[in-house]
Amino acid sequence: MTAEASTAGEAGARSPLSGLTGKWWFWAAVIVAVFAIVGLDVWGLDEDAENHKAILSFLGDGLVGFLKAVTEPVALFWLKLGFAIETSMTGLLVGVLYSLVALGFVLIYKASGMFNYSQGVMVLFAALTFVGLTEYGIPVILALVMAVGVMILFAIVVEFLILRHLVNQEQIILFMATIGLAFFLEGFGDTIWGSNVKKIPLDLPSGAMDWLTIGDWNVQVQWLDISAAATGAVMVVALAVFFNKTRIGRALRAVADDHQAALSVGINLRTIWIIVWSVAGIVALFAGIVWGAPSGVQFSLSLIALKALPVLLIGGFESIPGAIVAGLIVGFGEKIAEVSWGDSLGGGIENWFAFMLAMVFLVIRPQGLFGEKIIERV
Amino acid sequence: MSEASTSTGNGDAKQLLLAVNNIEVIYDHVILVLKGVSLEVPEGGIVALLGANGAGKTTTLKAVSNLLGAERGDVTKGNILYKGEEVQNLDPNQLVKRGVIQVMEGRHCFEHLTVEENLLTGAYTRRSGINDSLELVYSYFPRLKDRRTSLAGYISGGEQQMCAIGRALMSNPSTMLLDEPSMGLAPQLVEEIFERVKKLNEEQGVSILLAEQNTNMALKYAHYGYILESGRVVMDGDAKDLAENEDVKEFYLGISSEGRRSFRDVKHYKRRKRWLA
Repeated sequence: MTAEASTAGEAGARSPLSGLTGKWWFWAAVIVAVFAIVGLDVWGLDEDAENHKAILSFLGDGLVGFLKAVTEPVALFWLKLGFAIETSMTGLLVGVLYSLVALGFVLIYKASGMFNYSQGVMVLFAALTFVGLTEYGIPVILALVMAVGVMILFAIVVEFLILRHLVNQEQIILFMATIGLAFFLEGFGDTIWGSNVKKIPLDLPSGAMDWLTIGDWNVQVQWLDISAAATGAVMVVALAVFFNKTRIGRALRAVADDHQAALSVGINLRTIWIIVWSVAGIVALFAGIVWGAPSGVQFSLSLIALKALPVLLIGGFESIPGAIVAGLIVGFGEKIAEVSWGDSLGGGIENWFAFMLAMVFLVIRPQGLFGEKIIERV
Repeated sequence: MSEASTSTGNGDAKQLLLAVNNIEVIYDHVILVLKGVSLEVPEGGIVALLGANGAGKTTTLKAVSNLLGAERGDVTKGNILYKGEEVQNLDPNQLVKRGVIQVMEGRHCFEHLTVEENLLTGAYTRRSGINDSLELVYSYFPRLKDRRTSLAGYISGGEQQMCAIGRALMSNPSTMLLDEPSMGLAPQLVEEIFERVKKLNEEQGVSILLAEQNTNMALKYAHYGYILESGRVVMDGDAKDLAENEDVKEFYLGISSEGRRSFRDVKHYKRRKRWLA
């Protein structure tokens, strides 16, 4: 009784707002209110605009209206089943490519604990090398082999000039080194191959395949998407076999687990690093070719690495299956989101949906879907 | 046999497997850890390296197996001879190929690999005879066979220690450097591990250099012992003699025969430790 009274007394003595300032929902409400007021001012001018239906309905009909505005387009989208399947397929196929880029990151992160900032530029550089070589009249197959050779050479140089000097350094130092590497490689590629847009000289099948017909909708899938996804899938399976069934693969996993112990059983870390960077380089080469196929090899190719970040966050940095599944989720999710809510939010969802999703994952499951099980025992 | 191999230090070159001559180790170019350590491991011997925390036991072992490089440590003076060859500049993997392998302190199993994968990783430097070695390891540590498909991170501490020793055994070593195999294990388990190590030594002819804090247990199984203090060897001798030595008894075994003692007549290494008594 006395305790209650004293608390009540205390609360009464303080300002009525003081209890609220510590509550997150209070601040959330304040922010929403501010946005709503500002929003009304801005959007009030074009109340007719379809673009802001969701926000206006939230203000008009409250939570129920908001939920309706969010879920309705999704439901409507799936009612058009043929269209929905086509969109999903496109999304999943793009997703395979996201996985491919993310894999490059995972490989190097696992083996050397290094977040390789230069992975995106490696994609660009590898593709540039391949295309550049073919421009000299070298047959495609030979150019491919030579590009693989260049990426292996690159791995050896990186090991010789950077990695071996940074043994046992802080992670942030390794990270900074890869940033430097990224800028160097960008300039280097530019100097050697020039900065104009290059077309991939592969006769990849073009056009669309009529897949199936649902109602009056002809579900079509782009041949380019299919061949890209097939390449990605082959790559992924090959990597999985390599990691789980071979002696070198086992050593790679051992190094990822415990550098010191790996060293102590006679695994040569330098060899392992060269192998891992080579594999990442080869993955980058394939990613570069399939990404560059539709719109040519150009600088923007190095930015797809940005798209791999949310994939990594969702799948977990150390997990190969994680990179694959998360790539599919991101590819699928962003297409669906774009088609469902693109209209009511003004479009362009595709560009930030993945990051939004990654943010949610960071809050709920920081290690990612397949993040390394953290084994703790004493 | 063990009688013969314990008589080290008399320059019998045939039996000498590993000789560490007056090495100095510096970490990060500034931290002096070993200030001239010399020791010898005869062929087929079990040699114990004893001392308190920070005495330099682990560093000595890592100097031999050359895992120091990965920790920015350097042997700046002295040399290490293995079968008469200078080895202090060899990489760990070259040493493993020559038959020197270290089992690190704290077990260091590959947690996300299964027990069997752990063992196979130990045979990384070899191409043939791997299956025979695997069977050999399983015959010494049957418990590992039962747990072969478990992730090494989930097996018990004792099993992890066995896994670590088994993994080293997979490289077909002639010398094993064991760092603190008793760490964090129940006394009974420690005894079991030491028994296996002794059996390995006797049956497989693996020479052992053992760093231990559990002085009692180490002296029971070793043939010869060195006592390190602040990066120097302060005492060495046959394990039996060391176990009988009054100073060792008092400072490392916790047995004092004379009750309270005066420190006036204490002359050598333990003087700065009088607060312990």
